[in-house]
Amino acid sequence: MLNFLFYLAGAVAVLCTAMVITRVNAVHALLYLIVSLLAVAMLFLLLGAPFAAALEVIIYAGAIMVLFVFVVMILNLGPQATEHQKRWLSPRMWIGPGLLSGILLIELIVVLSGAEAPAGPGEVGVHALGQTLFGPYVLGVELASIMLLAGLVGAYHIARPYAPKITEGGV
Amino acid sequence: MIETIVRPLLIIAAAMGTALTTAAGLIWLERRLLAVWQDRLGPNRVGPFGLLQVVADMIKIFFKEDWIPPFADRPVFVIAPALLVVSVLMSYAVVPFAPGIVVADLNVGLLFFLAMVSLGVYGLALGGWSSNNKYALLGAIRATAQMLSYEVFMGLAVMGVVILSGSFNLQQIVRAQEGMWFCIPQFAGLVIFLIAGFAESHRLPFDLPEAESELIAGFHTEYSGIKFGLFFVGEYMGITLISMMTVILFFGGWMGPLLPPVVWFALKTFVLICVFILMRASLARPRYDQLMHFAWKVLLPLALLNVMVTGAIVLAFD
Repeated sequence: MLNFLFYLAGAVAVLCTAMVITRVNAVHALLYLIVSLLAVAMLFLLLGAPFAAALEVIIYAGAIMVLFVFVVMILNLGPQATEHQKRWLSPRMWIGPGLLSGILLIELIVVLSGAEAPAGPGEVGVHALGQTLFGPYVLGVELASIMLLAGLVGAYHIARPYAPKITEGGV
Repeated sequence: MIETIVRPLLIIAAAMGTALTTAAGLIWLERRLLAVWQDRLGPNRVGPFGLLQVVADMIKIFFKEDWIPPFADRPVFVIAPALLVVSVLMSYAVVPFAPGIVVADLNVGLLFFLAMVSLGVYGLALGGWSSNNKYALLGAIRATAQMLSYEVFMGLAVMGVVILSGSFNLQQIVRAQEGMWFCIPQFAGLVIFLIAGFAESHRLPFDLPEAESELIAGFHTEYSGIKFGLFFVGEYMGITLISMMTVILFFGGWMGPLLPPVVWFALKTFVLICVFILMRASLARPRYDQLMHFAWKVLLPLALLNVMVTGAIVLAFD
């Protein structure tokens, strides 16, 4: 049963991801990407990582993708953008990426067929996760936070008005 | 057999029934309460005390023409109201109404609630975008920015509760309040959570996404009939959900003397819902930039400080 659910969610994820790159309408593509992320969250849950599943939904599906949708909404792409996309998505475009990802797929199959079966699902609790994150992996957490800080400073700098503020009444 | 299948089904049916009837009852309650506070009568003609007014409105909304504008993005336009209602209803699954009476006793129940709240944004954002109308788009942009910002503080505000109770499981959070309700040690958390809750359910004072004096009706300008009804009911179910979560996280959930647990839970939720309505009756809507400044310059430092101080105190006393 668990295996069936796992493969079902996996199939949904793969199908949605394929739909993402073949849609010509940006918002429709984003919607498929959101469903794909939800399917991945389901995979995490089935693998015994409910915390990772919840974070996947909160951060990726609930925050980052919302920002994507937000930007596309502001750009307000009309029908001409869809036409544009249609011209880009000609069949010839698929040859290069198709070949490259085919190589990766073959590699993946070879690796999977030779590898041992992964360890059975054992639930990883929030406590255990926190202890590993702030124990052996604390350097990674700190590096990620420094990167986010850099992004924050950059965004603050870009959003700053160039000219000094014009006082009330002045032109 | 009966324990594993029938019992959850019964709880689900009861939860759904309560959610929908409270949403309908709330519409009447809000109109009557607002009327009381504004020194008028409110709906009092249809049925006893005007109680059947909601039924009349429902019948009207069901039989209205369900119009989809020709310039709208049809599939997204249809799915958007459902997204909002589904995301709110999913959260009801982790709400413990009384000891043992819960649909899904998840270990990450609180995170599940936050995840569903964050998915609720899509209903508004996509509804506004797919309408292909500038007022709807403006409303959707406001809704996205507002809900995305206030979601952050909602998550941070409940972290104090998680630190004190040591769990993300909502039943265990309620049990941890045996000695003292978290509204006392986590008062700052409670205030931030409530403000974020108002913003998440986009109620007045924070109803900028649909501010009718400037945006007609914001994100649902183009909606009519039952699709508008879904947005409407979704809003009231959102109010009930936030009230229930506040009760669970800060006011001891089902705990109380004498009366059965479910009654206590319902009573506390009812009081909080009335607070929601009183806020609408008494506060003015802030400007959009004021809303954002308040969020990032006041609430964010406060929420972070709350987490830090709570963590330090727990660490010092353990």
